[in-house]
Amino acid sequence: MEKNILIVENLSVTIDGNKVLEDISFKVKKNEVLIVLGPNGAGKTMLLRTLLGLIPYTGTIDWKEKKISYLPPQEHINKQYLLPLTVEEFLSLKNISGKRTEELMKKVGLDLNLKHHQIEKLSTGQFQRMLIAWAISNNPQVLIFDEPTTGIDIGGEETVFTLLHKLWKEHGITMILVTHHMHAVWEHATDVLCINKKELCYGKPEMILTKENLEKIYGLGAKIYEHRHFGK
Amino acid sequence: MNIDILASKQLLAAIITSAFVGGIAGYIGSLMVTKRMSLMGGALGHLTLPGIALALVYGIDVSIGALLFLIFGIILIWAIEKRTKLPTESVTAIVFSSSVAIALLFLKHEEIDIAIIGDISKITFYTATVTAVISIAIFFIVRFILRYIVLASISEDLAAVEGANVLLYKFIYLACIACVVALGVRIVGGLMTAALVAIPACTSKNISKNLYGYTYFSLLVGATSCALGVFAAYITKLPTGPMIIICSSLFFIFSLVLKK
Repeated sequence: MEKNILIVENLSVTIDGNKVLEDISFKVKKNEVLIVLGPNGAGKTMLLRTLLGLIPYTGTIDWKEKKISYLPPQEHINKQYLLPLTVEEFLSLKNISGKRTEELMKKVGLDLNLKHHQIEKLSTGQFQRMLIAWAISNNPQVLIFDEPTTGIDIGGEETVFTLLHKLWKEHGITMILVTHHMHAVWEHATDVLCINKKELCYGKPEMILTKENLEKIYGLGAKIYEHRHFGK
Repeated sequence: MNIDILASKQLLAAIITSAFVGGIAGYIGSLMVTKRMSLMGGALGHLTLPGIALALVYGIDVSIGALLFLIFGIILIWAIEKRTKLPTESVTAIVFSSSVAIALLFLKHEEIDIAIIGDISKITFYTATVTAVISIAIFFIVRFILRYIVLASISEDLAAVEGANVLLYKFIYLACIACVVALGVRIVGGLMTAALVAIPACTSKNISKNLYGYTYFSLLVGATSCALGVFAAYITKLPTGPMIIICSSLFFIFSLVLKK
């Protein structure tokens, strides 16, 4: 039995008098992949940011791990009018050596020629890969990724999930992910947490991802996902 | 002959002061060429005007008067921003235009000239030394927090997760900008400080391939254009502030030619 590395109990967040998260409880064990599902505006990003200690909350967040990496969602990353920072210089902000930079770039599928490119000139997908390289650079124990494949093409999406899967398998990393890709949920999640400000469901994917629950989370459009799964 | 020596000593003091101010303004300015910060230098410059006005009326150093008003202004901007959640630049616009209005109501004509375009005729070696020490101190402080400033310009959350107290670093960064602006108003006046922080950085951005080269080249261009501007003003007997900005702009135009 693996030990819990995160215990969250009765977590609530109130911003300007509005309850944006209410009474959320879950546990994450070592080497689990918890995927957080919920419609837009459900508070998924807020939940991740709260877990990182970026937002005041009530309730309990008890981390047993210290080495936690974070990939913010695209809308929280400024990609315009940036300083003329190169990919290598960006990664060196985390004290990563030149050799390690190349290693990381290969790992996330970034062309080594981009090393001296200014990050402002990278495509959305390349930028995202660079941020993933940043997040995994110091061999974290926990990865908290908010929609890691947004803006990446279909091939790239697979690469990212394959990469995350590899990290998970080889290094025993624990992951908490927000994603809308149901195939990723089916393939990679060990646990699923569904929220819409409140906790809607929580448990193993095969138990949780029922037609009723998906409709509860996303409304009627959820049927498509379900067909895809059972049609395999 | 004696007058010449006196004049050339004063010129040297003015050139040293201006080069240090121009250099540190270029360096810190290079970090300000981002979406949210680019107008800050100008706005803060305008904010100093009532301070310069009061300093001139009471005969104290203009940089001290400017700094006092900057501190007051920044606290005001910070407090309004926190309360209203309006963007910093909008709040700054409210505060800086109000302060220009106040300054214009209280300043006399000859003081308006000094406040708006600067005055280097009273610079001594003592001023030059103090300016150099402050500039060097700001340089090291900024170099220390540079990593977090750069990171926060991409994502404040990333900087926070790296263990940066983003609010504290932002405050230190703003305080450094305020000090540079307070030093800058002495040589170019309250209306043109934006040029001191913005033009060398833009010049450098045109020709730099990476952050390292960019920040240091901006420092170099800032220092050189200020020193050259003071010298050109001395030769032509034209006002110093505008001459500095013209020199800086010429470097910028030259960089446009070099830009690939």
